[in-house]
Amino acid sequence: MSIAKRSSRTGERVVVGALFACAVLSIAVTVGIVAVLVVDAVAFFRESSLFDFLTGTVWAPGQGSGEGGLYGVLPLINGTLMIGVGAIVVGLPLGVLTAIYLSEYASARIRGLLKPTLEILAGIPTVIVGYFALQFVTPSLLRPIFGEDQVFVFNAAAGSIAVGLMILPIIASISEDAMRSVPASLREAAFGLGSTKRQVSLRVVVPAALSGIAASVILAFSRAVGETMAVTIAAGNSPKMTLNYFTSIQTLTASIAQTVSGEASAGTVRYNALFALGLTLFAITLVMNLISARIVRRFRQVYS
Amino acid sequence: MTASASAEALAPSRLRRGATRSGARIFVDAAFSVLLFVGTIVGVVALATLLWTIVDDGWARLMADPAAFLSNYVSRLPARAGIKAALIGSAYLMVLTTLFCFPVGVGAAIYLEEFAPRNRVTNFVETNISNLAGVPSVVYGLLGLGIFARFLRMGPSLLAGALTLAVMSLPVIIVAAREAIRAVPESIRLGAYALGATKWQTVRRQVLPAALPGTLTGTILALSRAIGETAPLLVIGLPIVIFSLPNDLRDPVSALPLLIFDWTSRPQPAFAEAAAAASIVLLALLLAMNAVAIYLRNRYTIRW
Amino acid sequence: MTQRTRRGWLLGLTLAIALVATACGGDDDAGGGSSGGTALSGNIVIDGSSTVAPISEAVTEEFNKEQAGVKVTVGTSGTGGGFTKFCNGETDISDASRAIKDEEKQACEAKGIKYQEFRIGLDGLAVVTSSKNTFLDTLTFKQLAEIFKEGGATTWNQVDPKFPKEKIAIFAPDTESGTYDFFNEKVLGDPDEGGLKPRSDYTASSDDNTLVQGIEGEANSWGYFGYAYYQNNKEGLKDIKVAEKGTTGISPTTETITTGDYPLSRPLFIYVKEESLKRPEVGQYVKFYLEQTPKLIADVGYVAAPQDDYTQGLSKLQPFLTS
Repeated sequence: MSIAKRSSRTGERVVVGALFACAVLSIAVTVGIVAVLVVDAVAFFRESSLFDFLTGTVWAPGQGSGEGGLYGVLPLINGTLMIGVGAIVVGLPLGVLTAIYLSEYASARIRGLLKPTLEILAGIPTVIVGYFALQFVTPSLLRPIFGEDQVFVFNAAAGSIAVGLMILPIIASISEDAMRSVPASLREAAFGLGSTKRQVSLRVVVPAALSGIAASVILAFSRAVGETMAVTIAAGNSPKMTLNYFTSIQTLTASIAQTVSGEASAGTVRYNALFALGLTLFAITLVMNLISARIVRRFRQVYS
Repeated sequence: MTASASAEALAPSRLRRGATRSGARIFVDAAFSVLLFVGTIVGVVALATLLWTIVDDGWARLMADPAAFLSNYVSRLPARAGIKAALIGSAYLMVLTTLFCFPVGVGAAIYLEEFAPRNRVTNFVETNISNLAGVPSVVYGLLGLGIFARFLRMGPSLLAGALTLAVMSLPVIIVAAREAIRAVPESIRLGAYALGATKWQTVRRQVLPAALPGTLTGTILALSRAIGETAPLLVIGLPIVIFSLPNDLRDPVSALPLLIFDWTSRPQPAFAEAAAAASIVLLALLLAMNAVAIYLRNRYTIRW
Repeated sequence: MTQRTRRGWLLGLTLAIALVATACGGDDDAGGGSSGGTALSGNIVIDGSSTVAPISEAVTEEFNKEQAGVKVTVGTSGTGGGFTKFCNGETDISDASRAIKDEEKQACEAKGIKYQEFRIGLDGLAVVTSSKNTFLDTLTFKQLAEIFKEGGATTWNQVDPKFPKEKIAIFAPDTESGTYDFFNEKVLGDPDEGGLKPRSDYTASSDDNTLVQGIEGEANSWGYFGYAYYQNNKEGLKDIKVAEKGTTGISPTTETITTGDYPLSRPLFIYVKEESLKRPEVGQYVKFYLEQTPKLIADVGYVAAPQDDYTQGLSKLQPFLTS
């Protein structure tokens, strides 16, 4: 509620109008994204059946005769989920442990050192993390441990580790915020009953912060699903239905990257397939972000 | 003090170690502390390993002839290859991107914080912006490809690249600017209104200047994310092999992360070294930008 | 405005100016070369075969030393993808590792695109495995077909009982690639005349570098690509001798490719749009291409075509040159 004088000066009206336009531009951006994706995806589905897209288990554009090709998206979804789950397997325990440490155990000085470190980790460009996965994780970590015959040169495990490292800061920082918001009274009560720090952390704080942690996981998963460069470099470009983390796979994002590096002649089925993939990706991340936001809103209500 | 420590301090001392001093519980407590420490350290160690790998692989290459590396164009011979086009390209992109998204982002933030009525439209705009923040960068690339490069016929040019990066950074800048504006206490505004100022006068002369450091910090951080992004530029089709600098907005331009991606994908070990050397340059650039942002934040933020 | 905020503005402004200055300051060699003739400017768009791309890149690198104002981009959409764009009017020059097909000719005619074909070099398609491989030395055409045909061998002992029972890790170009077309035509035969269909369950990539990395990393790998990619990565790769008839295999070398003894030798082409040749920079670029390639091509890793090809190309080009 404002007690400011509503200005009748036209100059001001114009300015406010311009500012309003800036804000509304964001709507234009969303409209643009949806329009671009939908229009070209529809063009794609006119040539290639939607049913085959959603249920086909082979992604081989240009395979078969001439313009025909196999456009089943399931192998790509398989690859994307493998990376997403793998990244969570790496990032969730490390992130939550870090969050507990930062929130319950660490001194102010250590926090002052750790938090910037996490920010740095979050800020490393994804190409560089991809390089690290290809040049270090696979040859010096995975192959020595699991055997050179078992681990393909491009593999999902290296991709998962890379993406896991990238989402660790997200999980750690949001979970830590959630834990810090747990009222002191809950802890005090537990201590009063004779609990140790560990018991308070594990049995009081974490359960109380659970929705915040859950929201961070969903957000992190969404981020992992949208990650492009690290997986393109390290996880390979072979779409296949598999659960073997040591072989090469292809994610939705890597497929988009590969198609644009190859051929992207406007109007062809292959070009339009890009947008079908983009639409799928957009839909998945949008749904996850909405769920995460809903959880955050709910958990904020509980404590405020 | 951590939330837990303050609660702990309130518990009577003989209870702090737990009512029963069973050896098993002490052991588990200690083991858990170790686990926490290890979990936290893994992230730090991973970051250190990553940075070490990059520096170890690339330092010799960079230092062998830094002037040549920075001023040569790419070449088929790894020893002769340099990052000139990519580095200057990234610089151009950054300046242009800022020019596009800073005014629009700050404008939108001002509108949403100061002028927008609390109604359904405003809520819709705000939800829209936070959804946009979670869209994967590769989808922004598809937007850039479909609309800027193709529909508006800009082609893979400096203009298309900058617009795409600007659109991608917009939500982040809006959020950062809003926080900075929100941090300005109401008393400042009320004082101005009491003296008869209109809303816009208050914003322009009191709120904005006070919010500027925080806004700048957020903008610089958003931009440092943007220059590290490869996927959107890859999708638009910016070239990697280019032997000249752009003279015009419509000229093709290269970018540092694109180059790192290309060199990483080449099998010759000499190119891997070059990729690491280029990564060092990119990281140094990011470090400089973040240092400036932090300096601004510490030096100029007015603590109310 | 308080002194603090004034300082803040000043700092921000200085930063912005510094950024712009650095960016602009780097632009020192814009505006044309010096070698006697006029300084040319303009954009040239080249796309197509990833086999030929390294040649185009080398030519461009040298060309830009004399004519820095001409901006050339070299894409690698594959020979097929390149022709699609070329016949759509999107590119000026199409790199190709095979001659233009009839369907593509018709597509160009339909859009009114007239072009000139130039032979610019020779390539020997190298069939390779990892340097870690211990048992591969020579493969016959029959065996190659057995590996790459649809429903073909999955383990090495199916190709030759003397080989171990290990899974074959196949890395090969994808369907847009001229190299892919050439290999299939030679080894599997013409599909219209009873030839075999190629398989689709292998690691396909339009990026030959990815193929090299993949093959290097797997001891039981098999793949093929242009000779230059083998030449430039010899440490990690082992070339497999190829026998078209009989059992004596031939290795790809400059000699065997030039004489044509190597069974998988083929010419490399560029196709130039006649409309584009009207622009002086394009004409000069193509002239430079035909003059310089014989000297550069060995550096890139391929083999020069017979000198006649270049001379004939230059005389074909002459009427189009405007300067």
